Amino acid sequence: MIANYGYRDGSGEYYVTIDTDLCIECEGRWCVEACPERLFEIARDDYDDEVATIVASARKLLKERCSGCKPAGGYGSLPCTTACEFGAISHSW
Amino acid sequence: MTEEIQEFWRWSEKNWRAPGLDWRDASVVTAGIDVGSVSSQAVILADGVVFAYHSTRTGSNSPDSAKKALGGATEGTGMTLDDVHYVVGTGYGRVNVPFANRAITEIACHARGANSMIGPTVRTILDMGGQDCKVIRCDEKGKVQNFIMNDKCAAGTGRGMEVIADALGVPIEDIGSRSFDIDDEPPPVSNVCTVFAKSEATALLKAGWSINRVLASYCAAMAERVAGLIDRLGMEPEFFITGGIAKNAGVVRRIERLVGVKAVPLPDDTDLDPQIAGALGAALFAHALYRKEQRAAAAAG
Amino acid sequence: MIVAGIDVGSKNTKIVALRDGEVAVRVTVSSGFDQEESARVGLEKAAAELDIGFDDFAFVAATGVGRKAIAFAGHLLTEVAADARGAAALDPEARTVIDVGADEARAIRVDEGGKVLDFAVNEKCAAGAGAFVEAMSRALEVSLKEFGEISLESTESIPMNAQCTVFAESEVVSLIHSNTAPKDIARAVHDAMAGRVSAMVRRAGVQGAVVIGGGVAHNVGFVQALKDTLGVAELRVLPQPEYLGALGAALAAADKAGDKAGEGARVAGEA
Repeated sequence: MIANYGYRDGSGEYYVTIDTDLCIECEGRWCVEACPERLFEIARDDYDDEVATIVASARKLLKERCSGCKPAGGYGSLPCTTACEFGAISHSW
Repeated sequence: MTEEIQEFWRWSEKNWRAPGLDWRDASVVTAGIDVGSVSSQAVILADGVVFAYHSTRTGSNSPDSAKKALGGATEGTGMTLDDVHYVVGTGYGRVNVPFANRAITEIACHARGANSMIGPTVRTILDMGGQDCKVIRCDEKGKVQNFIMNDKCAAGTGRGMEVIADALGVPIEDIGSRSFDIDDEPPPVSNVCTVFAKSEATALLKAGWSINRVLASYCAAMAERVAGLIDRLGMEPEFFITGGIAKNAGVVRRIERLVGVKAVPLPDDTDLDPQIAGALGAALFAHALYRKEQRAAAAAG
Repeated sequence: MIVAGIDVGSKNTKIVALRDGEVAVRVTVSSGFDQEESARVGLEKAAAELDIGFDDFAFVAATGVGRKAIAFAGHLLTEVAADARGAAALDPEARTVIDVGADEARAIRVDEGGKVLDFAVNEKCAAGAGAFVEAMSRALEVSLKEFGEISLESTESIPMNAQCTVFAESEVVSLIHSNTAPKDIARAVHDAMAGRVSAMVRRAGVQGAVVIGGGVAHNVGFVQALKDTLGVAELRVLPQPEYLGALGAALAAADKAGDKAGEGARVAGEA
């Protein structure tokens, strides 16, 4: 399942997308530790698979919470996308 | 203080019972409770077939709303909570269905419910509720493949539409028809943000635009926004629309134009209401989960 | 020599006139639906106070979201450039400049010469700017000034769920109905907005002396909440903060007028 967490408001689109089919094979769960804001957690989904999700309290605050890793001056890579060896995580901005 | 706003699109209380069905004949009775920000629904299945459903306003207390919805569905049947083998809670208040055996997201429940109501051909579901807007792609079994849910921003939700309707002094039920009573389709308002769109609408009126033209412009902007959500996931027919704004043709027709696909209506002979899709999906999950438990117990015992 | 800078905001148009490099007059008019007309009216007011005619301004520069409507402006500059320029003049130590207006907010990192190094904006979403606090003050039925003041008295920190102005209004109404103290509601609102603005500031980077301008800088509750959320020892409110952009534009106008005068001297064959 492709889960798009986040939102679009007047100022733009802020989605963190997780391909949870790839989470099923993952043992390391490195995304959880990699994010400096601890936005990722592993939870049982509706189909009883243990997959990565964005913590519920952050889903409406992604623009703010991800801003530490995305300075106005630009950035090369993100800790979360780098940590996931399956390439399951992507950002829309 | 904010005035009492017209609540047309907020579904009124509704109750339905399957004629000629007696729940006591069933071996498995399950319930799905969907507690939304505006309304709450309960669906009861007897051996996987819809026995009863009830829709009510969500009050300030979610657990009470859940009880009220279930109570409304069971009223006059002699059924009590003890007679229900498995309950699944869903909706934004799903954590507040205290008597639920399990909580499942409204995403999964909506997909399951739509699959049951429309059939295995449904693939793209759009739900525009009072305070959120979601798009779901599912497979032929109603399993979610891809989803987006926006509940951060009022644009594209019933609440956002309410604000503009109030500003223009138009009853919500008239928006659709009035938005098509124009000479030519205007460009969409440039502001997505409801607060700024409201100022823009006022400015357009002052510049001489008719109310209908401003309505058309706002509906066009909302349709564009929602179509953008759908594009992100990719549209695949059949396309099913639920939620309060489904009644607003001004937005729905424009979405259909933009995505190039018409939404499927419910079958003519159905007694089901699109509003219960979430609760229906929850009740179906409850049935499947209970049967799974039974099989596991039989295998162990 | 008299020059003017005009900052055309979505709500208000601010004008600053400089006489020989010193601020001589400040005027605010409502931007209204015809921004050029409103700017003209404002400039005429400024001219009257200076005892000069409308055409006696040596140069007029414009900034703000509506600057392109001002046909009679000789030069246009972005809000970022204007804010950086104005802040450097008001506080030469400023390295992080924050401007929070009614509809937009921005943060600018500048070097010691006032040159822009980085900037971030909150735009097109009412929750990220002054419109948010204003809408909540209306829901609570108090003036904006009072709203900011009572928030300082709160000892309860209630996180807001809603991140949208429209949804937040409903949340505030629920809080009122559940008998939450107005000062606590006020604080929750200011904290919520400070969270969004501080995230924006961090995108630009926090460095050195942090200063704040724009109309919302008058809100004592917001300034305190922002200081706390940013975690800085000092957050300096610039004098006449709502005129920050107009001042920057006026200074740019003075430069242009000086250039013109210099050009004139060269053309006339002077050494």
